Amino acid sequence: MSRRVRLIVFGVAAAGAGALFLLATLDLQPFGGSFHPYRTHAVGASALHRTANVVSSVNFDQRGFDTLGEETILLASVIAAASLLRPSHEESETGPTGGGRVLDATRLVGYLFMAVTMVIGLDVVAHGQLTPGGGFQGGVVLATGIHLLYVAGTYRALDRARPLGPAEWGDALGAAAFACLGIAGLAVAGAYLANFLPLGSFGHLFSAGTVPVLNVAVGVEVASGMALLIAKFLEQAILVKAGSSRS
Amino acid sequence: MNVYPYLVGGWLLLVGALGIARSRNLIHAVLCLSIAQSGTYVLLVAVGFQHNASPPVFGEPPSPVNVHVVDPVVQAMTLTDIVVSATVTALLLSLAVQIHKRHGTLDPDELRSLQG
Amino acid sequence: MPNLDGGGAWLPPLAVAVPIVAAAGLAALSRHLPRPAVDVVAIATSLSVVGLTASILSMTAAGRVVTWVGGWTPHHGFSVGIVLVSDPLGAALALLAAVLVTLALVFSWEYVQLDEGHFHALVLLFLAGMEGFALTGDLFDMFVFFELMGAAAYALTGIKIEERRSVQGAMNFGIVNSLGAYVALVGVGLVYSKTGNLGLPQIGRALAHDRPDALVVAAFVMVMTGFLVKGAMAPFHFWLADAHAVAPSPVCVLFSGVMVPLGLYGAFRVYWVAFGTILPVGDIRRTFVVLGVVTALVGALMCVSERNFKRLLAYSTIGHVGLFIVALGVLTAAGTAGAALYVAGHAGVKASLFLVGGVLLARYGSVDEKDLHGRGIDAGMLRWVAVAGGLALACLPPFGTALGKAVSEAAGSAAGYPWCPALFVAVSALTGGAVLRVVGRVFFGLGPVPPEDERQTTGEGEEREGPALERVPMSMWVPIGMLLGGALVMGLLPGVHEAALRAGAAFVDGGGYRRQALAGAHLQFPGAGRTAAGPADWDASGVLLDLLSAALAVGVAALAIWFRVVVRRPFVGEGARRLLSGFRYLHSGHIGDYVAWLMVGLVVLAVFVGLPLVRPS
Repeated sequence: MSRRVRLIVFGVAAAGAGALFLLATLDLQPFGGSFHPYRTHAVGASALHRTANVVSSVNFDQRGFDTLGEETILLASVIAAASLLRPSHEESETGPTGGGRVLDATRLVGYLFMAVTMVIGLDVVAHGQLTPGGGFQGGVVLATGIHLLYVAGTYRALDRARPLGPAEWGDALGAAAFACLGIAGLAVAGAYLANFLPLGSFGHLFSAGTVPVLNVAVGVEVASGMALLIAKFLEQAILVKAGSSRS
Repeated sequence: MNVYPYLVGGWLLLVGALGIARSRNLIHAVLCLSIAQSGTYVLLVAVGFQHNASPPVFGEPPSPVNVHVVDPVVQAMTLTDIVVSATVTALLLSLAVQIHKRHGTLDPDELRSLQG
Repeated sequence: MPNLDGGGAWLPPLAVAVPIVAAAGLAALSRHLPRPAVDVVAIATSLSVVGLTASILSMTAAGRVVTWVGGWTPHHGFSVGIVLVSDPLGAALALLAAVLVTLALVFSWEYVQLDEGHFHALVLLFLAGMEGFALTGDLFDMFVFFELMGAAAYALTGIKIEERRSVQGAMNFGIVNSLGAYVALVGVGLVYSKTGNLGLPQIGRALAHDRPDALVVAAFVMVMTGFLVKGAMAPFHFWLADAHAVAPSPVCVLFSGVMVPLGLYGAFRVYWVAFGTILPVGDIRRTFVVLGVVTALVGALMCVSERNFKRLLAYSTIGHVGLFIVALGVLTAAGTAGAALYVAGHAGVKASLFLVGGVLLARYGSVDEKDLHGRGIDAGMLRWVAVAGGLALACLPPFGTALGKAVSEAAGSAAGYPWCPALFVAVSALTGGAVLRVVGRVFFGLGPVPPEDERQTTGEGEEREGPALERVPMSMWVPIGMLLGGALVMGLLPGVHEAALRAGAAFVDGGGYRRQALAGAHLQFPGAGRTAAGPADWDASGVLLDLLSAALAVGVAALAIWFRVVVRRPFVGEGARRLLSGFRYLHSGHIGDYVAWLMVGLVVLAVFVGLPLVRPS
């Protein structure tokens, strides 16, 4: 279709869809209403399993199967990006050229903040069952924190600090650990992803049973996976060049 | 204003779709897809909100359990949603990189290898 | 609190977890393992999933297998957990997925040399996504596994990064399917706000005593849109041909064989369990029958005008999807049974045809009909396998496709649509005829070389997916033979029709699903163990119609091959050709067009479902 026809078709259809959605929202409970039955039960279940952060309880305990699916999507996307960004038959990976000059002040600030960021990331991962945060959020903080080495330093420094082999292992291991913990729950307590570890006491670091363990597994996976993703894109941009071998 | 947040969510979805429909650059299209998904975040979190309710995190053992908190289930769903979005966006962007290499362009109007 | 579940409730989560663990292992280890080890691990994993899903299927004979993940069984009718409900149809689809993945991996042993470790890991993750989608009973969980299927599928489609068509096809596939998923998620949010639940049985129970309003209609239509994008219903179907034309042949097997039917399964499952009580049956029936007819005609017409063999097979899938939608859309147990049989038969036949296409690519470096004209004459047995495949696609008895078609036609007529047999015969004849036309030209050199048409997507210059092969190795023969043979055996085994009818009855029994799920354990099907005589597998009128469509297919193929020789008046062909080319112009490969059509489809669904409900009260 020509551009104008396409936009007219889309416009008419979107107007219809918008009208439908508007009519639907008029039937929703008003914003801020109090009908949340699932919330009530989820909070109760979370308290039962001594998890202070109800969102983490929902994510890793009550609806853990969704989270299994989601972190598998992360694994799939990381593998996909690694596969799609591989050097093609006509390309090859070269070594990083030296390049660029970074001010000493920038480098200092970068390294300093990198240390702070990594600690924050580890803290967010470890306290997922107690405070807002958890494996996903902390993992992303860790993965992007290490890239301060690239922003405030050089690609070579980054490459040395986050070796790709262990990152691939971490990604795979985190995903497998999540699935296997579920199987352990099946073996011990008779249900897949059952919360079978001791529940501890409320508000302590080792409370809520399997939730902190799953948190750590997800944190490892997300940190490694995100680092791998960014690494593949950086490699594609910096290292992969049309080689002299033509197919 | 008791449906406004829902409408914002729906608007973002439609605007994102419009962006893809009129896009001239596939990276722009992928980011419009991201915008469309952010509409779903807004809708989900808005659906879970309750006036004068506290965050679903407890500082001390609750007795009795305080259920007057915003809905944690939609927050968990949104968290899942965000991870899915980020990773699928990365996947699509790597496809965009390869499209640029093979076709020399990112303009959907000029990608003609799949017609008919 | 966690407690021991009875029966086989521990099996469904394992069907999802096992491929994930194996895929993670392959992702980490593939660089250090030799290629044969990677193949062995992958095939062993999918075989174990075959075992798991076969066990689940055998247990569904007695009743649905209900698993509350994490042990969160319902208390006072409410549960905070996720429920997995396996009924005969869902378990059968899960088994089909595992079988197809196994055979595709066997075929890939010598055929695929594309980024090895990643390919196998992605296929296993794709399997995990399909298993999760087929076995879950929770709406948000369906969304999550839908996205998992999608992520693996986009990557597998675009894995041939050196080829221009692949990366564009994968991008079109990715953007359209993801947008559909996000629309579905909006629908899920709306349903959640209204009912306070995410599980299908709980939603169905909450909506049971309600009147349909704009919210319910919007939620239903949006969730349908998401799943029917995957199910390639018109006008959501544009991505399918693009993706199939460029994905490696073993991957196309999975797409056409089970991924697309899973989209339909998801849509109708949501209808029957969650919305079946609140939306009027007549309106929904009309919606799906009309859209099914449109889809079938679109697929059949586009199919006959393609010269790229894989794209041709993709459009034939769309044509058959239209027939599946009609059969499912009459909303009866018999219709669902017919659709199930047809899907199973179609999976075997279509998969074997795609693998034949893979052999063509490996031997001759092309999948283009014009380019390959007469070059397949030395292909030996493969020629007759291809003929058998084309006839099977045209529903020649006793292939499984013929059985499915016969049952579906009968169900459609019985539900008040007497034109059903005509539609089914026409679409099978056209699609089968298109395949036979290609087979005749390529493998037997019949007829003149077809003319050039610059607006068609050719199959020339397609990159091989592995080494160029002179002879077809055993690892490629076995899957082709097993798939086609399986489709044949399906039509010959006694009791298949009866089993399908039981599965169909369980599928449309939304109330039973809800009751069994919320009671926490698996119960007997009402009337299970009754020894009433089931329906005969074949009946005379069904067989005759099947033979008719096979004969028509041969006729269509012959007409197409010798058209310029037989028909002397050029302008007859010219008018039809111009109409067809106008129609093909809409299939532009442009992502903006596809998104516009997605919106159109959403509104069309809304009009069909919602307009009859607008009544002055």
